[in-house]
Amino acid sequence: MNMKVHEYQAKELFRQVGIRVPQGKACRSVDEAINVYSDLSNERVIVKAQVHAGGRGKAGGVRVVEDKNTLADFVKQMLGSQLVTYQNAPDGQPVNQVLIEEPCDIESELYLSAIVDRNSQRVVFMASSEGGVEIETVAENTPEKIFKFSVETMVGVVPYQCREMAFKLGLTGKQIKQFTDLVTRLYHLFVQKDLSMVEVNPLVIDKSGDLVCLDGKINVDDNALYRQPELREYHDSTQEDELENRAQQHDLSYISLDGSIGCMVNGAGLAMATMDLIKLSGGEPANFLDVGGSATKERVKEAFKIILADPNVKAILVNIFGGIVRCDLIADGIISAVAEIETELPVIVRLEGHNATIGNQRLEESGLNIIACEGFAQAAASAVKLSKGEK
Amino acid sequence: MSILVNKDTKAICQGFTGAQGTLHCQQGIEYGTQIVGGVTPGKGGQEHLGKPVFNTVREAVAQTGATTSIIFVPAPFCKDSILEASDAGIELIITITEGIPVKDMLEIKQIIDAKGVKMIGPNCPGIITPGECKLGIMPGYIHMPGKVGIVSRSGTLTYEAVNQTTALGLGQSTCVGIGGDPIPGMSFIDVLQMFEEDPATEAIAMVGEIGGSSEELAAAYIKEHVSKPVVSYIAGVTAPPGKRMGHAGAIISGGEGTADAKYAALENAGVKTVRSPAEIGQMLKSVL
Repeated sequence: MNMKVHEYQAKELFRQVGIRVPQGKACRSVDEAINVYSDLSNERVIVKAQVHAGGRGKAGGVRVVEDKNTLADFVKQMLGSQLVTYQNAPDGQPVNQVLIEEPCDIESELYLSAIVDRNSQRVVFMASSEGGVEIETVAENTPEKIFKFSVETMVGVVPYQCREMAFKLGLTGKQIKQFTDLVTRLYHLFVQKDLSMVEVNPLVIDKSGDLVCLDGKINVDDNALYRQPELREYHDSTQEDELENRAQQHDLSYISLDGSIGCMVNGAGLAMATMDLIKLSGGEPANFLDVGGSATKERVKEAFKIILADPNVKAILVNIFGGIVRCDLIADGIISAVAEIETELPVIVRLEGHNATIGNQRLEESGLNIIACEGFAQAAASAVKLSKGEK
Repeated sequence: MSILVNKDTKAICQGFTGAQGTLHCQQGIEYGTQIVGGVTPGKGGQEHLGKPVFNTVREAVAQTGATTSIIFVPAPFCKDSILEASDAGIELIITITEGIPVKDMLEIKQIIDAKGVKMIGPNCPGIITPGECKLGIMPGYIHMPGKVGIVSRSGTLTYEAVNQTTALGLGQSTCVGIGGDPIPGMSFIDVLQMFEEDPATEAIAMVGEIGGSSEELAAAYIKEHVSKPVVSYIAGVTAPPGKRMGHAGAIISGGEGTADAKYAALENAGVKTVRSPAEIGQMLKSVL
């Protein structure tokens, strides 16, 4: 997964590499906010709720305040609240910090981002003169206003690429050099910190004609976190789904969904296919869950616990392709896990592979509410029926 | 015939003496694969699974004549191992390891492409030519020599396709798991091209999943260059955008990479698609 960081953390990283961002500081309490406010030279400041989602402004999480009392009121209202934006879950994400910043006199707004592009297999920079709005919208309505270039991995960003883009964006004078400098520094940050995405939206031109990064969004490649200790500290589990976090601690790959059929599958592709087949059979999956290559008793038990923690689950479908591990051993694992968990819900199991027949026999004879199914499609159909209370 | 590996393929293993390397090399050897040695730095001169262990890949290649290497080393050390293999003259690298940082893959890809070294994976089950050579973590017994070429981004879904083609008596020419990472070594197109040229392959099963646009690119390639029948299944019709479904590469982002778009592209290219993974075998049978 890509690890997200907060805006204030992204701006900390920007500052570290010499990228210009507004003066400001993140606060965790009203007192702290008042202190920060007093330290800033402006009366007028921006207060921005920190959650891992876009659309904070529209959701009421960003406000301009001009005096200490309004500031205190707004910070008090924000801290500890759940901010619901169009990008996050229905119950939103908790606001544990607010970022207090000096305002910027905006002349115009641009867009700048970098991602790992799968097709060119390079880091690609993308910029647009249409900043401050969703880039997807720009891409759809006015694709001619988006400019891109890809970076040669072994060379890095070459200044001409930045100049070319700057001219296309309509920048002039000192802005050309500032833009080249900004893109070069962003690329260094991208590479040094193993980022998978960095986005500055908006990148603004202020009244004095200088470029300033007014917002910052960063995703980190979590495969590389082992060598990025500083970024590991940025991880904020309060912004993530509780069950997904718990699953991650047990090395299980779990994504919660809205349906009623819990799924436990070995292999990511097969897990997705299982969800699809449930849908095709008229049901809705409650989750994606990959128990990994070794479906041992302990892992199966942990997976059951996570699935059952979701109150919407009415039936559980276990779909295991026993490759290296024999199906009779997997069956034993499932039986003892179900027995220990003591669930009343029907557990539909489809085992395929080595010793599948013996495995199915054991499941049938277990005396538990386990239904062994031979085919993939039958198992899905049976799970859908049972989840609706039909026999 | 087959593609990439056969009974004459001589392979070494990097990470030979580790738990994964040991388990899967042992099964490979039992399957009849010519695993002629392994590399574990510092353990050179020892013997493991009845085969010599070398300190370096260069030494292993010089002593055994191996042209292929299968890699089981942990993700933080994979860039090192892959580049060592490619510098030592290995022609085909199979990287099973999951979790390699994308930055490492960007660099690796530039170098192996420039050298003309092929790589399967990372984060993949490997490759098997049934009855001849098994280099990977797939269960050998489900395979049967035959006429379907299978290429897939997912491990267990490959096994589903294999199992069905075996049950129907079609068998497989070669099965290639290209892996679930955003930056893979070989792509669908690379493998499709080889299957098209392989006389033993009469039909192709392509198992894709959400994320990226490699299936769309493959569809365009099939339309122009593949004359053999292709059957395809794409996993992840129900996957929500923005969530990574296990594999690092399986994520719908910015409206790109949906299963529907992939199905549409494939159908437009004349590929026979199935919406249920349980129907891959039957569909293959119907086109053969």
